[in-house]
Amino acid sequence: MQPKGTIFSIKKFAIHDGPGIRSTIFFKGCPLRCTWCHNPEGISPAAEIMVFPDRCLKECADCLVACPKNALKKRGGTIFLERNKCVGCGLCALSCPAEALQLAGSRVTVNEAVYQLSKDTAFYRNSGGGITCSGGEPLLQPRFLQALLTACRRQNLHTAVDTCGHAPFSDFEKILPLTDLFLYDLKIMDEGQHRRLTGVSNRLLIKNLQKLSLLAPRLAIRIPLIPGANDSAAATAELADFCASLPRRHSVHLLPYHRGGRAKNKRLGQFDSLAETRVPAPAAIQKAGEIFLKRKLTVKIGG
Amino acid sequence: MTERIRKLRARSLRAKPRLSSERGVLLTRFYRSAAVNGLSVPRQRAAAFAYLLARKKVVILPDELLVGERGPAAKATPSYPEITCHSLQDLDILDKRQKTPFHVSAKTRSDFAREIIPFWTGKTMRERLFAHMSSEWLEAYRAGVFTEFMEQRAPGHTVCGEKIYGKGLLDLRQEIKASLQGLDFFNDPQALARQEELQAMDTAAAAMIAFGGRYAARAREMAGRKKNAARKRELLRIATVCGHVPAQAPRDFREALQHYWFIHLGVISEANPWDAFNPGRLDQHLLPFYSRGLADGSLTSEKARELLQAFWIKFNNHPSPPKVGVTAEESCTYTDFALINSGGLNAEGEDGVNEVSFLILDVIEEMRLLQPSSMVQVSKKSPDAFLHRALEIVRTGFGQPSLFNSEAIVAELLRQGKSLADARRGGASGCVETGAFGRESYILTGYFNLVKVLEITLNNGRDPLSGKKIGLETGNPEKFANFTALMAAFEKQLGHFIDIKIRGSNVIDRLYARDLPVPFLSLLIDDCIANGRDYHDGGARYNTSYIQGVGLGTISDALSAIRHHVYTRKDLAMGQLLESMRLDFRGAEKTRLLLQNKTPRYGNDDDAADDITREIFEMYFRAVDDRPNMRGGRYRINLLPTTVHIYFGKKTGATADGRRSGEPLSEGISPVQGADRQGPTAVLKSAAKIDHLRTGGTLLNQKFTPQLLAGEDGIVRLGQLVRTYFAMNGHHLQFNVVDAATLRAAQKHPEKYRDLIVRVAGYSDYFVDLGPATCRKRSSAAPGTRSSVDQSITT
Repeated sequence: MQPKGTIFSIKKFAIHDGPGIRSTIFFKGCPLRCTWCHNPEGISPAAEIMVFPDRCLKECADCLVACPKNALKKRGGTIFLERNKCVGCGLCALSCPAEALQLAGSRVTVNEAVYQLSKDTAFYRNSGGGITCSGGEPLLQPRFLQALLTACRRQNLHTAVDTCGHAPFSDFEKILPLTDLFLYDLKIMDEGQHRRLTGVSNRLLIKNLQKLSLLAPRLAIRIPLIPGANDSAAATAELADFCASLPRRHSVHLLPYHRGGRAKNKRLGQFDSLAETRVPAPAAIQKAGEIFLKRKLTVKIGG
Repeated sequence: MTERIRKLRARSLRAKPRLSSERGVLLTRFYRSAAVNGLSVPRQRAAAFAYLLARKKVVILPDELLVGERGPAAKATPSYPEITCHSLQDLDILDKRQKTPFHVSAKTRSDFAREIIPFWTGKTMRERLFAHMSSEWLEAYRAGVFTEFMEQRAPGHTVCGEKIYGKGLLDLRQEIKASLQGLDFFNDPQALARQEELQAMDTAAAAMIAFGGRYAARAREMAGRKKNAARKRELLRIATVCGHVPAQAPRDFREALQHYWFIHLGVISEANPWDAFNPGRLDQHLLPFYSRGLADGSLTSEKARELLQAFWIKFNNHPSPPKVGVTAEESCTYTDFALINSGGLNAEGEDGVNEVSFLILDVIEEMRLLQPSSMVQVSKKSPDAFLHRALEIVRTGFGQPSLFNSEAIVAELLRQGKSLADARRGGASGCVETGAFGRESYILTGYFNLVKVLEITLNNGRDPLSGKKIGLETGNPEKFANFTALMAAFEKQLGHFIDIKIRGSNVIDRLYARDLPVPFLSLLIDDCIANGRDYHDGGARYNTSYIQGVGLGTISDALSAIRHHVYTRKDLAMGQLLESMRLDFRGAEKTRLLLQNKTPRYGNDDDAADDITREIFEMYFRAVDDRPNMRGGRYRINLLPTTVHIYFGKKTGATADGRRSGEPLSEGISPVQGADRQGPTAVLKSAAKIDHLRTGGTLLNQKFTPQLLAGEDGIVRLGQLVRTYFAMNGHHLQFNVVDAATLRAAQKHPEKYRDLIVRVAGYSDYFVDLGPATCRKRSSAAPGTRSSVDQSITT
């Protein structure tokens, strides 16, 4: 029996998740709760419905019939989902002709995933690209991840894993020989602040990174620049000092915050915690980059 | 950009297209005169050409280095009354219309009213052509099943080869003499016809030599009056150049460009051929002159750049001749499709990219003109530096240059029976059409509306828009047992209309051969002189007729929807579907959305839809390919639309993919606008599932935002996309880099822009899937980028 995994998307022509032209598979479920998350549909390990009320067709009620849990209501010509009743079966999304309801989260076998991921092999070959496992957190589904990476290796595909690092190191060890590149997220060095803004301590992920730095064939550190969270000169310097202190030198990707996740929060019926957060100005991004450069680290803006 | 070029360019951009009566009046006077009497048709045509060139105004514009205008001024566009005689009503339309207007002065109007219209009414090719078409052809034409390229313009559709850079017109006159001496009046019943044709070619060559002489004389005369010493010197140099070319072969870079330009003017003055004329592989032709000039110190790269820019401006001064009616709708543009090729392979199969190729790219970038069109041929041997330089220009959002696959072009030409060397000297012209440059007459006969044929099939032979029965009765679709039965009915209907089209085109072939020979163009295309036969009469070494299929994406999605919903899932009965389409989905929005959103669609690398695309492609190929034309060649297919997908859309009712009546069809081999949801790699893979190598060109258009292509990485990735598509035998690719205005429109009508990808820091996403705040942000971004949407049309 092949292990199955829950994913919420496969994006092709991913050109910012590792070298070359890639396909990124997004695993569903994440141990962190970063307030700035741009893929909030990746947080919960369970399937969820995303609602696009402006697409809903006034005269249509197919989803109400399709829903086995009576979780959908029509209000003022548009659709409303009672999330406490919803089990994420996706029957409503299947029935909706207007794409006002979409399912985030489907169970796939390794074969199904590899079939999709290997479709663009010709592009990977011509660009030095491959596949990237992202999320969510891929290491939250270690068996599926390991099986998927094994299958990709068999197809001779370059593999990258984009991780928040918050997982038992034994799980990292299992995928180490199967992963060509780690994209390792690092957010905040101050433990209290990290706990406040992501919901977990950063101890484990820091320890894991120190070990992986030596063991991983290639590793890049990805740091989101979040105004008000980690963009002060002191916080950035702490991050840079830590990167410089690792056993090996890794290139650092600075990812300026963007508001892509906010609309998704709304579709998931979630609170928009970042309504007031601004996108960092180019000058601020530049300045942050210089802090890393000063420590002789290679810096790239964007993935 | 030098001060001179800045001025010339600004003047060219400022000049407003207007209709000129000069050619029409001169031609009328010639044909009214006794000079016509006793001459065979080819010699009449040649004498008319000579009459025109001896009398038309000779124009040297201020600051020019390269000279020659088709009309009495820049953008003064002649009419060709022997082919199409515009009525006074046409003149009003041309003058007043919103799109591609041509100003008509009171003088021009009166010339038409007094001289041109009274003489030509009843004598034009256009009238003769329609009079010779069957009622079936006329009905299909009116219904929008196909268009007819030759109803207002001569065939043309060809490109100049390398010959003229080694030969002057005097050399060609020598070849004519030899060919005349070789005529066999003992055994060849065509000997007399050949003699007449060759004599006509000789007259045309002599006329053009004399025209060069008129320019030399005019330059000398202007120099005599000029006080400014620098300009005086320039004019005397112009006189020297025009005294040498086109009579003799060019000796340097400048003469090569001036030589071509005289030849170009000859072709577009003799008739109004499609795609004007085109220097083709310009970097290959110019390289010897360029290298020699640099070596002997007579040329610098700056001077070469200035001359090339002046050459570009010459093209921009010459809008395509005014079109009316269906022809105006199918090709709604001032562009006359002279598509300059750079890069590719040389005749020996080596990498053809050279210094001039890069120089041409600089010129394209700096000139940013609608005309000429430009493309790069990318072969496996082309260096990345060349491709990347081209993509940098593409990224500025200008839509030029477009990208072509050299290996595919060569393979296409070989399959059609060309020699390897001729294939490698070939390229693409017009929009994407493959041809053996300098040796082939490859005529586009008209666009063919695949979607309309499906509509007629679904209505058992009737056109629902007119209610008329214009097709075969292929059966009541509600009675079809399965999808295969529907496809069989479609193929039968397709064969019926292709027969109508080809029968008509064969008649038109002969009409042009008999009544409208082009002795001047025949001089230029091998082997017209050796054969003693006109370009329109099969004189060229290769003779191809293309029928351009349109609506591949729309028909694939429509058939996929029918298969999926009527036959597989059975959630929609055929009768109910047909009724919804008949009502244009009024009161059936749910059905429309079901068809649009819950159907496997072309462009997503999904075989459930792409299999249908492949099958339609094969049916179209079988119906057309390898059938004989009347010039000794064969019919072939290609897939491109210019602007006809909009016209055909107006002529086609609601379709089963959820498209409403009157909306545009998909363009080229691109997916239906908004149907592709899996990104560019999926589109390229879907598009590569049809066999491009059995076509004479396909057109694929991709939209990107400037952000996605930002930085060195963006260019490198784009280059890899191109290389991969070409490795899968894709023929052509062009990129629309979309700007803020388009994004604002996308925000207003997101359903039409579902395929638009934007770069957001850290990852890429579909524009419509971003929240409103991000959309607003995106749409206010990218200052200084200009959209290709209104700059250059889609082909």
